[in-house]
Amino acid sequence: MNDEGQVDLLDLCERVVASAEQGEHIEAYAVRTRETDIEVFNANVESLSIAGIDGVGVRVVRDGRQGFAWAGSLAESFVRDAVADARDNAKFAEPDEFNGLATAADVASAPKVELDLWREELLAVDTDTKVEFALTLDATLRAADPRLRAVESASYGDGAVETALASSNGVTASLRRTICSASAVALAGVAEATMSGYGFAVGRHFADLDLDAIVAMAVERTVRLLGAAPISSRRTAVIFDPLVTSSFLGVLSSAFNAESMLKGRCLFQDRVGEQVAASHVQIIDDPTNLKMMGASPHDSEGVACRSNQLVKDGVLQGFLHNTYTARRAGSKTTASAVRGGFKTTTGVGIKALSFEPGNKNPEQIIEMSQEAFYVQSVSGIHSGTNPISGDFSVGATGVLVRGGEFADPVREVTIASTLPRMLTDIVEVGSDITYLPGSTAGLTLLISDMTLSGT
Amino acid sequence: MAQLLETDLVHSTLNIALAGGGDFAEVFVEDRRNESARLDEGRIEELVAGRERGVGVRVVHDDTTGFAHTADLSQRGLAEAARAAAAAARGGGATARSVALAVNPIAYQNDVVILPESVPRAKKIEMLKVADDAARSEGAAIRSVSASYAEGRRRILVANSDGLLATDERVRTRFYVQAVAKSDTGMQTGYEAPGRTMGFEFYDEFAVDVIARTAARQALTLLEAVPAPSGKVPVVLKRGAGGVLFHEACGHGLEADLVHRDASVFAGKIGRRVAADGVTLIDDGAFAREWGTFAIDDEGQSARSNTLIENGVLTDYMWDLVRARQQGRASSGNGRRETYQVLPMVRMTNTFLVAGETDPDDIIANTEFGVYCVQLGGGQVDTASGDFVFGVTEGYLIENGEITRPIRPAQLIGNGPAALCDIDAIGNDFATWSGMCGKSGQSVPVSSGQPTLRVQNLTIGGTAS
Repeated sequence: MNDEGQVDLLDLCERVVASAEQGEHIEAYAVRTRETDIEVFNANVESLSIAGIDGVGVRVVRDGRQGFAWAGSLAESFVRDAVADARDNAKFAEPDEFNGLATAADVASAPKVELDLWREELLAVDTDTKVEFALTLDATLRAADPRLRAVESASYGDGAVETALASSNGVTASLRRTICSASAVALAGVAEATMSGYGFAVGRHFADLDLDAIVAMAVERTVRLLGAAPISSRRTAVIFDPLVTSSFLGVLSSAFNAESMLKGRCLFQDRVGEQVAASHVQIIDDPTNLKMMGASPHDSEGVACRSNQLVKDGVLQGFLHNTYTARRAGSKTTASAVRGGFKTTTGVGIKALSFEPGNKNPEQIIEMSQEAFYVQSVSGIHSGTNPISGDFSVGATGVLVRGGEFADPVREVTIASTLPRMLTDIVEVGSDITYLPGSTAGLTLLISDMTLSGT
Repeated sequence: MAQLLETDLVHSTLNIALAGGGDFAEVFVEDRRNESARLDEGRIEELVAGRERGVGVRVVHDDTTGFAHTADLSQRGLAEAARAAAAAARGGGATARSVALAVNPIAYQNDVVILPESVPRAKKIEMLKVADDAARSEGAAIRSVSASYAEGRRRILVANSDGLLATDERVRTRFYVQAVAKSDTGMQTGYEAPGRTMGFEFYDEFAVDVIARTAARQALTLLEAVPAPSGKVPVVLKRGAGGVLFHEACGHGLEADLVHRDASVFAGKIGRRVAADGVTLIDDGAFAREWGTFAIDDEGQSARSNTLIENGVLTDYMWDLVRARQQGRASSGNGRRETYQVLPMVRMTNTFLVAGETDPDDIIANTEFGVYCVQLGGGQVDTASGDFVFGVTEGYLIENGEITRPIRPAQLIGNGPAALCDIDAIGNDFATWSGMCGKSGQSVPVSSGQPTLRVQNLTIGGTAS
């Protein structure tokens, strides 16, 4: 128990591990979160939620067979049932000689990383202050520009997350992080001509949130779309806004995933050492970069994180591995084990993926474009892209660039290409690296040729 | 089966929630068990079981909702959550209200025949093997198959300060197959994943080998696909496949919370024409055994059939309880929440377009050039402008009134109000499609349905020149 009378997460995990039977490997992962969520509409607090979620996930490996179970509670009986379920599940899975938990050698494969992701100050901010922030955000945005018709929503949210991990290989790890964010959506124009745009900020501490920056972002992204209309179909150069680049990287990420590669359904199958992007392109997954919101000292198997360069001068360097894929591929873990909370078992994934920034800022990239489509947001990124076949087709909203300047706002068009072609067609990588919520960072990207479908 | 939480405890929690005043309080109790297993590379890779149980308490005071939840179902845990919700609602200072609850809850019975948890795991695992074999037997080009089943049992209890006390139990079953085919033209995927609010008897209706073959054939077909066209084309949506169109083109825009925020192009349009003649759109949470079905919604309101658009004219929005109360009207039974840990919102259930009279074959035969969509892969909408997209994962060209070559996956984009008015043919067939719908971070099971129909003008985002 800690001073608040709560169960110590690492103790709990170690107790689970201690219950391992002969010949059994167990890993326990426990999570505790505390969250505040405030929604404001029309100068009124529409909802205020204060909540905490606890849970545990248990993995059992016996004779190469793996079972998993989770419980949304840290109560003894729930944890005990989860262990029993995981054990039972393992009996029905088929053996895989590469199944297993991270070893002490895996953990020691890179130097331990110290990252301070916890801001005690955030916990000290009282609810009234947070409510005031959301109300002020709503009011400030409403008054910010006469062209805005309304504020659809203004919200504030924060969370404090603690996790712990223990395994029968003697691996233990724990982590705590704070995060807070605020966002607002503005509306401008009437009826079908209504355009919306959002602004947001994210950080580890309340003081990281710049209210005026959120307002300015929402205003800019809404107002510049006023009067937007579809344009005729064409082939065109495309400029991705940092948020769009971040989504693009999210789709691309599975191409670097050793799990997909080993299962034979990976875009970059058999491409290591080959040119997969323009020769000036560098792509890195670096969870040790504290500025990345997905920064983490260790992965979800407890192995110390390190920087992994995936594309160097346009050439594919390799894949991201956890210990399972590494054993199977005869490779080494890249500390890329990820899990989507306590309800899922460990897979492979990115934590902090970004392009290495280039040397032109967004203004310079726009200025150098005689004609291009500046894409502010995309829709259907999961329904219109296929990271296995590489097909890429999304709805897009943005502004046409003509003669190096923003010209007509555009909506209701699609842009299409394939992921491999887009990587090869990258002409400029912006210098404006933008740290975003989630596991990818954004920056401005100029792609020479995509198919725009419109009227 | 024992009640999820004893009536006395529910009652006292509600009273604590309203001790400082407030207009409305609700206790939502949930106990959920999930089980799934996945086969990949011909091997049963993983079985997962999970359980969660907890209570969400909300207190509404004027226009503010306070919310807290807990997994601690003791008297102390519940009281703490109730006080936190009350404090968050910022009522303060008003007189305590006491709540009268029905002594016996209204307990809804589902018609599940075989509880999935009563079926031996070995039998379910055998189904995964059958699916794997069936998919691979479709052709040597099938290189990778993954199959999984997922089943869930969710018991809920809802009680509120109006005196409501009701329980429901929902059992859902779903089977997924993804197949990857490879040739010198590259890799393509096929996917099929039907789901129903049913027990294990689901598999009498949906044979796993058929699901697997459908996914495999789709992947193989796509190997032969030509780039999709680019630009405006007539689009024929096969029955079932295009329900997502209505879900995105107008479904979300008819959710009362978005209308209230003036973030819907359909705001202020009740009684007005919003779609072509013959377009009748219904959202029906009571649609027997459909994927988005339940007896009561997550606010304890009976599921029902609501006509949203009748012969082209907008008749109503979808409502949750809190927003309906503000308007002095009844909820439409559309208050849903993903778990006890989040607040309910207005959500769709099973949203479908009523069949017309045209023979589907005639719709294709009367289309000189266009795109025929057999499967869609989900979509997205900006409700404020009405612009929506949805992905075509299996589609074909229609040339001279005949279905010809398959096309590579591409996005379709349109504007909701315009697309609804552009529907110029409605078939006499019907099918549904099951999926997960996301809104403000919450994901809930929904289905959508429609007859084969044609939209005269949608933009398809292919790469063909």
